[in-house]
Amino acid sequence: MKPSYLEDEHSIRSWLLTTDHKRIGILYMVSITVFFFIGGAAATLMRIELLTPPGDLVTSTTYNKLFTIHGVVMVWFFLIPSIPTVLGNFLVPMMIGARDVAFPRLNLASWYLFMGGAAFALWAIVSGGVDTGWTFYTPYSSTYANGHVIAMATGIFIAGFGSIATGLNFIVTIHKMRAPGLTWFRLPLFIWTIYTTSIILVLATPVLAITLLLMALERAFGVGIFNPAMGGDPLLFQHLFWFYSHPAVYIMILPGMGVTSELIACFSRQRLFGYRYVAYASVAIAVLGFLVWGHHLFVSSQSIYAGMVFSVLSFLVSVPSAIKVFNWTATLYRGSIWLQTPLLYALGFLGLFTIGGLTGLFLAALAVDVHLSDTYFVIAHFHYIMVGGMVMAYLGGLHFWWPKISGRMYPEALAKLSALFIFAGFNLTFFPQFLLGYLGMPRRYHAYAPEFQVLNVLSTAGASILAIGYLLPLSYFLWSLRYGRKAEPNPWQATGLEWTTPSPPPTDNFDVTPIVTEEAYNYAP
Amino acid sequence: MNVSPGIAHQFDDAGQQREAATLGMWVFLATEVLFFSAMFLGYTVYRVSYPRAFADAAQHTLLVVGTMNTAVLLLSSFVMVLAVRAAEQRRRFSLAGLLALTALLGAVFLVIKGFEYAQEIREGLLPGANFHIASSQPEHARMFFYLYFLMTGVHALHVFIGVLLLGGFALRALFTRRIAAMGTAVDLLGLYWHFVDTVWVFLFPLIYLIARHP
Amino acid sequence: MSSVKHYLQILAALLALLALTVAVAFVNLGPFNTPFAMFISLAKGALIVFFFMNMRRETPLVRLVGGAGLFWLGILIALAMSDYLTR
Repeated sequence: MKPSYLEDEHSIRSWLLTTDHKRIGILYMVSITVFFFIGGAAATLMRIELLTPPGDLVTSTTYNKLFTIHGVVMVWFFLIPSIPTVLGNFLVPMMIGARDVAFPRLNLASWYLFMGGAAFALWAIVSGGVDTGWTFYTPYSSTYANGHVIAMATGIFIAGFGSIATGLNFIVTIHKMRAPGLTWFRLPLFIWTIYTTSIILVLATPVLAITLLLMALERAFGVGIFNPAMGGDPLLFQHLFWFYSHPAVYIMILPGMGVTSELIACFSRQRLFGYRYVAYASVAIAVLGFLVWGHHLFVSSQSIYAGMVFSVLSFLVSVPSAIKVFNWTATLYRGSIWLQTPLLYALGFLGLFTIGGLTGLFLAALAVDVHLSDTYFVIAHFHYIMVGGMVMAYLGGLHFWWPKISGRMYPEALAKLSALFIFAGFNLTFFPQFLLGYLGMPRRYHAYAPEFQVLNVLSTAGASILAIGYLLPLSYFLWSLRYGRKAEPNPWQATGLEWTTPSPPPTDNFDVTPIVTEEAYNYAP
Repeated sequence: MNVSPGIAHQFDDAGQQREAATLGMWVFLATEVLFFSAMFLGYTVYRVSYPRAFADAAQHTLLVVGTMNTAVLLLSSFVMVLAVRAAEQRRRFSLAGLLALTALLGAVFLVIKGFEYAQEIREGLLPGANFHIASSQPEHARMFFYLYFLMTGVHALHVFIGVLLLGGFALRALFTRRIAAMGTAVDLLGLYWHFVDTVWVFLFPLIYLIARHP
Repeated sequence: MSSVKHYLQILAALLALLALTVAVAFVNLGPFNTPFAMFISLAKGALIVFFFMNMRRETPLVRLVGGAGLFWLGILIALAMSDYLTR
């Protein structure tokens, strides 16, 4: 028998110079885990500060830097790479029956770009931080910011090219490397979502790159493209920034939807209800996601007419999202449910994403948004999508494919317990923030009026439960590497080509290129 | 497992490898379109906002030089096409020569652009401490020159990268032992070079042809 | 693969269009000078893309990718201008 990809070679060099998509996935997994805990540490400090109404732990400047670190690190160095680069890198070639991605060296280069960008960002953080918020709005970032805005922007710029390369690689791989017989409508839905995510990565990220470049030029050399004192328009920055950053929300959530589709089909032992509609809905979300950025500018000087156009378009995104939610629910209905940890996460995703999505409709409505803009309502809304949605899906996927990735089983009972911890902790952290926002507490302040204290204390209490919930999987995944039960090739009796390989798979994935003759999720009823 | 020469292990055959590479290049070019598009949007916004100032400012650009440079780039694209042809026909010395000629034309473009920049800086058109221009709205005319230097600068960077690649490929064509393996790579380099040419084709009227009529 | 003569014709067409667009810039077309210039640029771009970049022989997929780049450029400009033109 061939050695597994983990056993093939042991030297550090063999890891750092690997072109094996599975090892690159592991490299990303280790890196983004580090960033997750850096971003989490910043969040922890913020939540502790917000225990009491006056700003008694950190100064307002420090607080500004904390939420900037939290935002930048979590968005660009955890959420955007999370599922695509870890699970995507590991699974895309395996799910389509290929030996590797189309451009393996480019794939490794993506990781180095990512780490190079991260080095700049970390340098910006340790040498004094940035106080602009993750959005870098001009003129805060260009004229008034204190700190290392340019270093931080450079980091994001470089990491962005890593994202583009990853997206390009997946698009070509999914088009050109599928096994014989694996037609588009036989693909697992995870592949559909990675494909649509890649389209967004490739078409949106370059706009962010040039926008950050313009911002940095304005800060360094006084180029006045966004400077009103020089005839520029700061709103142009916001248009360009959100042309990237709103689709980036879908970069973060679409792969989560893909993972959820896999988990729900497997653990209810049914073909996914309305497969084609779920597949098309991914494409629709990716395209519509580009048409709605103006809803971030409702309370700026954007014209009312444009506001109405963007408001209507924003409502449209809810249609494909709802199609997915209904189809997942319909798949569970009369399924033969097997309540393992991955399904717990998928169910968590389903509920929390729905709440996050529905509250998005409040914010897409022009008039309501005026009241809710820049309050904790917005914070709660997008954390329900990002953390309740994406992080849940990432953890669910990690548990589901952990036996394949590591060749070991994780401890099921402890895993279920931590899934519950995370679900409870998450809701306790963020549900009070909906109320805080609705009552008018603005975001991004380190001090607040005393009447908001009870809800803030609840939120901080939830955050501590959430923190324990996140530390548990980290511990037992590491534990399982050595002490976990050895995994069978297909511990969940799941369909999909990745489960036909040994756990962990050999470097070339398949001895013989598989030939696909059936549709995805062909579970016996 | 595949061990044929010139085919990477992840591909089944040469056809798949070539198709993947071509598709990858086109996806990259789509990315490049969006990279430039932010600047084109900036241009559109400010031209619509400040039509008068843009007309004043554009009078100071050097139309003859710009037209000449456009012709140089179009000619270089033509030579590039011949290079791709030579690669397909595996004519080593034509390939090396044509690639070198394309690189030379690219370099000519950059040199002309350099003299143009120098002239403009002497006239005080580079936004900065010495910026001055005869316009009723000098602030807004300055916006034109921000965009001008930015867009042509980013474009020139692309030309520069292209010239380096072309030069490298010309050398490779001279010394490689497997000229047949270069076909796809030359093809892709050609796509890049034509793309850079196309961007210039759109920049040209936006910079040089505003309000030239009496 | 096409003949050298064929490519020379394309080059001649491109240079002719360049001469035309410069010449027309000196004629007062009222508000239509810029649209006309952009139209010529589109024609030149199309010649380059279809003949030099060989798009006319490419697969539908590659055409789709090329079209997507342009379409997304259109989204960016159209929706952003929906704000700037109605303020």
